[in-house]
Amino acid sequence: MAKKMPLEGIRVLEITTTWAGPYSAMLLGDLGAEVIRVESLKHFATTTRGIFARPPAAMYANDDRGGWFQYPNRDVGERPWNRSTFFNSHGRNRYAMTVDLESPRGIEIFKRLLKISDLFVENNAYGVMEKLGLTYDVVSEVNPRIIMIRLPGYGIKGPYRDWRGYGVQCEGVVGHAWLNQYSIDDLPIRSMTFSMDTTGGCAAVMAAIMALARREKTGRGQLIDLCQAQTVALCLGEAYMDYVMNGRVQETMGNRHPTAIQGVYRCAPGGLDDYVAITIYNDEEWEGFCRAIGNPAWTREPKFADALSRYKNHDELDRHIEEWTSQHNKYDVMHILQKERVPAGPVMNEADVYSDPHVKERNFLLEITQKWCGTHLYPGFPWKYKRTPQKAYLPPPGLGEHNEYVYKKLLKVSDEEYDELVREHHIGDVYLPSVR
Amino acid sequence: MAEQALSDARVLDLTWYIAGPFCTKLLADYGADVIKIEKPGEGDPARRMGPFFKDDPHPEKSGLFLYLNTNKKGITLNLKSETGKKIFKELVKDADILVESFSPGVMERLGLGFEELEKINPKLVMTSISNFGQTGPYRDYKTSDLITFAMGGAMNQTGVPDRPPVHVARNLKLCECGWLAATGTLGAWWGARRDGIGEHVDVSLMEALLGSTDRRDTNLLTYAYTGFTTKRTNPTEGRMMIIPGGYFPCKDGWVIFVCTIPSWPKLGTLLGRPDLHKDPRFQNLFDLTHASEIDGMVLEWLAERTKQQAAEEGQAMDIAVTPINTPKDVVNDKHLRERGFWIEIDHPVTGRLTYPGAPIDMGEGGFKVRMPAPLLGQHNKEVYGKLGYTGEDLVRLRERGVI
Repeated sequence: MAKKMPLEGIRVLEITTTWAGPYSAMLLGDLGAEVIRVESLKHFATTTRGIFARPPAAMYANDDRGGWFQYPNRDVGERPWNRSTFFNSHGRNRYAMTVDLESPRGIEIFKRLLKISDLFVENNAYGVMEKLGLTYDVVSEVNPRIIMIRLPGYGIKGPYRDWRGYGVQCEGVVGHAWLNQYSIDDLPIRSMTFSMDTTGGCAAVMAAIMALARREKTGRGQLIDLCQAQTVALCLGEAYMDYVMNGRVQETMGNRHPTAIQGVYRCAPGGLDDYVAITIYNDEEWEGFCRAIGNPAWTREPKFADALSRYKNHDELDRHIEEWTSQHNKYDVMHILQKERVPAGPVMNEADVYSDPHVKERNFLLEITQKWCGTHLYPGFPWKYKRTPQKAYLPPPGLGEHNEYVYKKLLKVSDEEYDELVREHHIGDVYLPSVR
Repeated sequence: MAEQALSDARVLDLTWYIAGPFCTKLLADYGADVIKIEKPGEGDPARRMGPFFKDDPHPEKSGLFLYLNTNKKGITLNLKSETGKKIFKELVKDADILVESFSPGVMERLGLGFEELEKINPKLVMTSISNFGQTGPYRDYKTSDLITFAMGGAMNQTGVPDRPPVHVARNLKLCECGWLAATGTLGAWWGARRDGIGEHVDVSLMEALLGSTDRRDTNLLTYAYTGFTTKRTNPTEGRMMIIPGGYFPCKDGWVIFVCTIPSWPKLGTLLGRPDLHKDPRFQNLFDLTHASEIDGMVLEWLAERTKQQAAEEGQAMDIAVTPINTPKDVVNDKHLRERGFWIEIDHPVTGRLTYPGAPIDMGEGGFKVRMPAPLLGQHNKEVYGKLGYTGEDLVRLRERGVI
C-alpha cells in the first residue's frame, strides 16, 4: 500500500504576506493540503511578490549584489509579480486565485470558500482582517469546523498588538538583536539573518495539525493566536534562564563559545566568503587538530597544554589557527580536520550550496519549471521522508493562475457569472493599472 | 485535567544536547506523553552545560536542560546491553513516535534501526536528527552550533564585509532546527494515524537550515535566477532615502528606528517639528544631501527617551520604533507578560523559577505545564512498572548497569 500525503483532503485558504505566512502555506502544501492563495487585483502586498508590482527595470538590471528581491536574469519581465525570488522561493505547492475582498460580493465569494475549507491562515498586520470583517466570530459562524490561524508579529492580543514590524523588529524585542553582534562595543553592526519567519511558519503548521487533532474530538474548529515573536523567543531560552537563575544579562560572544575553542577563520584565497568555522570542544579534538596541522612546535607550548590555558590564551591561539587555515581552501580545511574528528565546516555562500557534493548527493535542490521564469533549481525540503511523497506538484503560482479551477470547479460558478466577475475585477491575472 | 492536542501521542525520546530535546519539548508541552531515555549515570550532556542555577554546575541544575525538557518523563536505560535492548523494544511496541539523535549508523549497529523497529511496530514514526543526515559524503562529520549555521544558514551575509561573518545568538539555530524537526515529525504522525503506515524522517541540521526561510531561501533562489551571491554589507551602505532606517542610540540603549514612505509626514510630528515634511530641502526623498540633518533630529529626540518610551511614542504614530532589548528587558517585557508567555515551574532541586511558556496560543487544547524536567531516572519505577517489572527487577537491572 502506498503512503498517502498526511494532509490529503484538507483545504487551506491563505491570505499571507512577506515570509512566515507564505512559508507556512508552502509547508502545508508540501504535506498534501490543497492550499489556495487568495489575492486581490487592487492591492499589491509589498514584500511578497516583490517590493513593487511594477518595479523600475533598471533598479534590478544593474544590481549584482544578490539579495532577496531579484528576477530571472535580473529582468523584471512583463509580469514581475510572477517572477520575484521573494515569493517564488517559498511559493510552491499552492493554487492562486483573485477576489476583491473590499466589496460585499467578494466577501460573499470568500465565505463560500470558507464553507468548503478546513484552515484559514493569515499573517497580516493586526486590523486588516478586522477591516475586512473576517474575524474569527464571523468566520466560525460561516463554518464552525474551520481552524483560523492568525500570526502577525506580535499576535492578536497584548499591548504591542498594533505595533508594526517584521522579523528584524520583533527579534529586537525578544533580545536577539542584542545577542547577534560581534561584540557589545559595536552593537549597531547588525546581521540580516532572522529565525522568526521559519519558527513562526513551523508553528503555524504545528498549530494546524494540533487543531485538526482537536477537531476530531470536539467536532469544532478554533482560533489560534500565534505571536511570531514568541516562537523565536523560545529559541533563546538559555539566555532568559541565566537572567532568571543568576541575574546575569548575557552579552554576545561573537563567534566564540563559553567553554570550547571556537572561531571563524580566514582561508585561501582570501575572498569575502573564504572562511571556515572550527570548534574544538575537548582534549581529544585538540590532539586531533594538532595532528591534522602537522604538530608544529607552538602546539606544544605550555600555554596551550590544557583546556583552561588554551581558553585563557584564545586570542593567541586564534592567530596560530588562522595562520594555518589561511594557507588552505575552506573545503580542504574541513576535510583535513574532519579526518582527525575535529568539527569544522566552510562558510557556504549560495554558489557553494549549489555546487556542494553533499547537497547534490542528498538531492536537496528541487528542479521546478514555472511558466514565467523557466526551469531552475529551487531550495528543497527541510527534512526527508522515506515514504511520504515529497514533490513540487505545483510550481509557484502566478497571480490568479487558478481562478478557473477555484471559481468553476470548486464554487461551480457559471460561465456568465465568471465573465461578470472578470468585469468587476474580482477575477484576473494582472494587477489593475493603478497598482504600483 | 482537560485534554491537550497531543495527549494521544506517545513519544520515545532518545535525543540529547539541543535540537532533539527542543523538538520533543514542543510535543511534550502540547500534551504528548514523552519518555526521555538517558544513559545511566551521566544522562543527557546538556545536564553538564550552563547556565546553572546559582552558577552551581550540578546535573540537576542546568538551566539549559531544565528548559529543554519540561513536561517529559525521564528514565535511564543502557542500550548497549542485551537486556536494555529488549526493554527498549517493549517500549517501542507502544510508541507512536521515536525521536533519536545518535550519529548515523548507531541505531542500526545496536540492532535498533528503523527496519528492525518497524517489524515490532509498523505504525511507528521514527525521526532521526543528525548533523548532516543519514546519507551523503558528510554523513559522519562532526558539527557545532556555529558550524551548522556556517554551512546551512546565511552566515556569509551576517556581519560586515571587512570582518569575518558573525554568529547569531548561541544555539538559536539549533532550536530553529528543532522547530523544523517537530513540524516534520508531526506531519508524519498525522499521516501514520490516517493510513497506518510508519515513516522514517531524516532531519539533517544543515539541510533544515538550507530549507528555512528569511533569508536563506530567497537568496539561494536569487543565485539560481541570476548567478549572483549575496554579500555582507555595511549598515550605512545602500541607503536610498532621506527618511531614517536603522539602529540608533537612545537614553538607555538602542532602538531600531524605521520610518517608511507612508509614515514620513508623521515623522515631524513625532519629533516635535510638525512642518518637517514641508521643508523645501526635504521634498525629494531620494536626495540624501540633508540626510544627516534628519538623523541628527532623530538622535536628539532619542537622547531624551528610553528605548521603551521611544518605541511606544513612535508606534503610536505608525513609525516602527522598536527597542533592542536585553534578556532582562525581555523577561520584564509587558507585552510578553500580558500575553502570559512567562510561566512559573516548580522543580524539586531549584524550586520555582520563571520559564518561557507557550509559543502558540490555542483556543483550547493548548500548552500546559504538567511537570518540570525530570531528575535522572525519576520515572524508572512508573514506566518500567507499567511494563510489568517489579521493584526487585529494577534492583537487579540497576546492579547490572541496565538502568
